[in-house]
Amino acid sequence: MSTLRHYEEVPRRAMAHGPGRRSSPLSWRWSDRLALAMAWGAGLLLCAIAAAIVVYFCVRGIQYLRPSLLLSRPEVGTSQASTGGFLDPLLGTAILTLIGILLATPLAVAAALWVVEYGRPSWLARVVETCIEIVAGTPDILIALFGLTIFQLGLLAPFSFTAAGGGVYGRSFIAAGTMMSLIAMPAIYTATRDGLQAVPAHMREAAFALGKTKAATIRRVLIPSVRSNMATGVTLGISRIIGDTAIIIFLLGATLRNEPQNSVPVIGLLRGTGASLTSYIFYNSPAGEGGAPQKAYAAAFVLLVFVMLLNLLVGRIGRSQADTTGLTVAGAIV
Amino acid sequence: MLERLRTPWSDSRAELTLGAVSLFICLAVLAMVVFVTIQAWPTLAHNGLSWVGPGKPFKEQAEAMQNAGPHPPASAYYLRAWPLIWGTLITTVPAVLLGLVIAVSSSIFIVELAPARLRRVVIPVIRLLASVPSVVYGLVGILVLVPFVGNHLISPAEKESLADTVQLTGAGLGVAIVILTVMITPIMVALTCEALTAVPNSWREGAVALGVNPVRAVLAVTVRAARPAIVAAAVLATARALGEAVMVFMVAGGNDWAPRPSDGVTFFFEPLRTLASTIVDFQEGIGAPALKSALYTFALLMLFSGLVLSVCGYLIKLPLRRYQVRT
Repeated sequence: MSTLRHYEEVPRRAMAHGPGRRSSPLSWRWSDRLALAMAWGAGLLLCAIAAAIVVYFCVRGIQYLRPSLLLSRPEVGTSQASTGGFLDPLLGTAILTLIGILLATPLAVAAALWVVEYGRPSWLARVVETCIEIVAGTPDILIALFGLTIFQLGLLAPFSFTAAGGGVYGRSFIAAGTMMSLIAMPAIYTATRDGLQAVPAHMREAAFALGKTKAATIRRVLIPSVRSNMATGVTLGISRIIGDTAIIIFLLGATLRNEPQNSVPVIGLLRGTGASLTSYIFYNSPAGEGGAPQKAYAAAFVLLVFVMLLNLLVGRIGRSQADTTGLTVAGAIV
Repeated sequence: MLERLRTPWSDSRAELTLGAVSLFICLAVLAMVVFVTIQAWPTLAHNGLSWVGPGKPFKEQAEAMQNAGPHPPASAYYLRAWPLIWGTLITTVPAVLLGLVIAVSSSIFIVELAPARLRRVVIPVIRLLASVPSVVYGLVGILVLVPFVGNHLISPAEKESLADTVQLTGAGLGVAIVILTVMITPIMVALTCEALTAVPNSWREGAVALGVNPVRAVLAVTVRAARPAIVAAAVLATARALGEAVMVFMVAGGNDWAPRPSDGVTFFFEPLRTLASTIVDFQEGIGAPALKSALYTFALLMLFSGLVLSVCGYLIKLPLRRYQVRT
């Protein structure tokens, strides 16, 4: 990459500029100059957009966020003063993240281990890879609709909100969390797979030479050495889960408060409908029914802070992993 | 019992367990295709493929479907959805083209031109843009961009010209394209950067040694070599853009109106629906079987075009293997 800069020193068009002079972009063809300007412009444009979003939400956040908002439950009200805070949505986001990650991590790590370490027959390994790519490319709204059909099956009725007459709504924390695991899974899979592929072969060979079985090698050598990759994947998965809206709207009901199905402490809550930060923002934006933009700004600020913290964390963990550009830390964006 | 768990697993057992879990993921994908198809079947059976044709505004059709009740007659499944497909196309295609230009330029900037210090800033910025939730983008759109466009960019004459058919508030095609571009550009930047760095350094150095300036060397050698990967990135971004539901629903106006290119500049201010935003819009009516089937038909079309796009992306990237450039 940086090698180019050394070559810039080589005198070009020496006749035009005199010997030994550095070629300046001014002497380039206009199309090259345009390309140079566009490259700089595009790079700086993206920075400007990101800066504008962050600054804007920081200003709005400081303007509207009050500690009491974080600690009070949402209320139905007509004025912005009487609609309460967003304790329930915060709790909802936390529950969903927990369920999603708990389900996705074993699934993704097992798949990555199987594909990299076993992968026999090889066509099956390719099918598994393709399927995970398909999941990664599937829009969240499709996953939401899919979840709605399977959780409306009578068989899965115990897991979701059921009406008094026996109608299965297919909406609950369990349903939404399960589908969230599909959203988080590809990131964890990619991160773990890349980590496993980067483990040098001699580490495995050393373990085999010591008489360890392959299963024991996986458990004692491979999993410990890809732990930081797994952490990256999980962090990316979390940031995808907390940012998702469509699944909340369809599978969690996007009610204002968390409404337990019955009075059983934890299970009742998990079977009930609820809210998350994203659905709260949606509800309070002009597009929703709440119409309290100040609350939406405050909640969006909180969400953005979470996302930025997670990003920071990915960068922190990712620094220990050798990655060429640092952009696709373990398939961050795919 | 606990003793059994603690004993180390045998190889074959580990292989079978891990393999079974992997297969479970494949089953989930298969189930997704099957279940969505089953739900969409009544509509497909009644309309065949002519449901993509032009027809009445979707809102009227949806109301008719809801009024048909819990046991609708076959005629209630009547669906014509061209305006929604048109809306999807005119948001996705410009966003992807615009995003492609920005993404390729900024990837060149990141990989080749940016000083190391600046690069350390730009990369986290791109990652942040990629991870901002879509509802936050939607909020920016609906509370900042839409009022701005409505108050400053649309002239009263333009509002007047369509006053009898549709109200121009600012929510519409233009804002949707802009935000969609910002949302999908980071994906393309990431994939393009990866491809550009995968091109062997010596190729560029060869070009520079021949006396070409650095920018020309990058354009003529690196970008050219990475072309298939860039197209594949655009294809992936298209799939992402097609499925963006919540943000588009928030900023696109959600009116029963298909923007007409013949309106000139006003075209970009006209409200629209896309397939995905319609699903969000009518989610409350999903209890009515006819409407539910229609919404799943849209989902099936999105799923199908997503699959086709990823196959295309795979095929496009094949030539890269010949150069042993792995992306």
